[in-house]
Amino acid sequence: MGRIDAVFTRLKRPTFIGFTVAGDPDKETCIRAARALIDGGTDILELGVPFSDPVADGPTIQKADERSLAAGTTVDTVFTIVRELRKNTDVPIVFLAYYNMIYHRGIDRFYREASEAGVDGILIADMPVEESDDVYEIATRYGIDTIFLVAQTTSNERIKKIAARAKGYLYLVAVLGVTGVRDTVSSGALDLLSRVRKHTKIPLALGFGISTPDHAKTCTSAGADGVIVGSAIVDIVGKNLGSPDAMERDLKAYVERMKKAI
Amino acid sequence: MDKKGRFGKYGGQYVSETLMNALIELETGYEKVCGDPGFARDLTALQTEYAGRETPLTFCPNASEDLGCKIYLKREDLVHGGSHKLNNTLGQALHAKRMGKKRLIAETGAGQHGVATAIVGAVLGMPVEVYMGEIDTKRQALNVFRMELMGAKVIPVTTGTKTLKDAINEALRDWVANVRDTYYLIGSVVGPHPYPLMVRDFQSVIGKEARAQVMKKEGRLPDTIVACVGGGSNAMGIFYPFIKDKVELVGVEAGGEGIETGKHSATLCAGEAGVLHGALSYLLQDDDGQVLPTHSISAGLDYPGSGPEHSMLKDEKRVTYTAVNDPDVLDAFRYLSRKEGIIPALESAHAVAWVMKNADRFDRDDIVVINLSGRGDKDVAEVAALQGRH
Repeated sequence: MGRIDAVFTRLKRPTFIGFTVAGDPDKETCIRAARALIDGGTDILELGVPFSDPVADGPTIQKADERSLAAGTTVDTVFTIVRELRKNTDVPIVFLAYYNMIYHRGIDRFYREASEAGVDGILIADMPVEESDDVYEIATRYGIDTIFLVAQTTSNERIKKIAARAKGYLYLVAVLGVTGVRDTVSSGALDLLSRVRKHTKIPLALGFGISTPDHAKTCTSAGADGVIVGSAIVDIVGKNLGSPDAMERDLKAYVERMKKAI
Repeated sequence: MDKKGRFGKYGGQYVSETLMNALIELETGYEKVCGDPGFARDLTALQTEYAGRETPLTFCPNASEDLGCKIYLKREDLVHGGSHKLNNTLGQALHAKRMGKKRLIAETGAGQHGVATAIVGAVLGMPVEVYMGEIDTKRQALNVFRMELMGAKVIPVTTGTKTLKDAINEALRDWVANVRDTYYLIGSVVGPHPYPLMVRDFQSVIGKEARAQVMKKEGRLPDTIVACVGGGSNAMGIFYPFIKDKVELVGVEAGGEGIETGKHSATLCAGEAGVLHGALSYLLQDDDGQVLPTHSISAGLDYPGSGPEHSMLKDEKRVTYTAVNDPDVLDAFRYLSRKEGIIPALESAHAVAWVMKNADRFDRDDIVVINLSGRGDKDVAEVAALQGRH
């Protein structure tokens, strides 16, 4: 069993999935941020591979991508960060990437290096299931879970297609729109949860727009197996530029609060 | 096209999951209108009565004499709005209306596609919002004013390079958030399937007319057809009806300050395959796969991607892709104005510049058709400012 499956099997409660952009604001600080998230109790760590044109992301994560790239982050740096983290954690690590970063490096090479570094799953933000044949075959060969998105606009017919290929968990997009903090969890998100549940037994995690303990509670009470938080975490990193101690403290406290709610 | 949505290996649908349903809807809707005589009739009526088609194929006596071959201009500068862009926006907006969409969004570089979208929004009664890089809103201020005059809202984009690439990013973000009632009216043969196919079909009217016109005037097909290529819609529009013929096709990209300087937008000349804005195509990118900033004197060509069909035509060597640099473009801008009394858009001036630089390849009887994709009024202030600096 892979690390991701093991987490969902082992835990008797919903999982907390925390996201930060690899290399934001620089390699060393990012490693400290990731460790703080894990210390706070993050069950699965998602790392964004920074890209020049992150069209699925709102302003918060766009800015984090820019900070990371300005600090000189490359794909090599991202793998270095994973290897560093793997020295003292078994928490599953999932990449969120845009396809060009993978395509350009060579799909086989990217997945091989990711697997060697200790990555457990990869979600490609701009790859619907219809385009995933090559990637899926290679990912399976290297033992990496291909994580897919499901949106409110996804038809039942396509949910079935996606569920047939899904590994690890399904990432349910809670909003119509890009990543970023929102005031409430929409009823559309909860409808999506019950709709997808009818088609698959794979763990379902809700993400996009979730930032407060109340949001998290709403999702897990409705039956979500996990909640994914990105922008709220990236906000904490962005607000503590130059003060990594405060950043670590705030990140850890934030995850602890969120965990309590679920 | 080989398999669904592909031109050779290029094309595809690399988009966020949220948009997949909209693309499927778009495809189904487009298949329906393609077989609908009512749609064709409505579109033809608008093209004729409103847009001013067909456009002339103008013989250039002075440039022909000077350059030593028979030069014709396909006069897309005379389409209502001042460029070929209206061919596509009329088609897509009619399609959007039939799909029951309530709102149009678009991206624009030079502003010509934004203007063409504002025009159809006004005439068909649909609200329009146009994303435009902040830098482009400044260098094409006249077009911003025109769009606003026709009731469109222009949203300056301040992220990334603040040009066309980022305008498309923002339009895609808007579309994801408003996908149920909003139609994204893409302005070039780029983006996910079915856009490259649909935009090419709507622009093919250029080549169809040119073919009939040149046959009537010369009794034979031209030797060479030249068009500028940014995303590549005017080029696909004039090339497509000649693809199977023995006609040389030349696509001219923006060499900017020179390909060797890195300050250019010559994607097909200097890029490699990559995925941006929903499709696999040639792309200007760095060693790590990050998209590179581009440069061109013409905002409309300032784009790091290219159409998937162009990417295929390059690999097949059916079309020759080349580039000319900013100074040659400025020369061509002045040359055509002075020689023929026609001020070309800076984009179209790239095609003119290529013919000027390659005039010795042609014999007196050779027929060269240049797609004059737009008129240059929008560029006059920019060129005047550049002259002031010289």
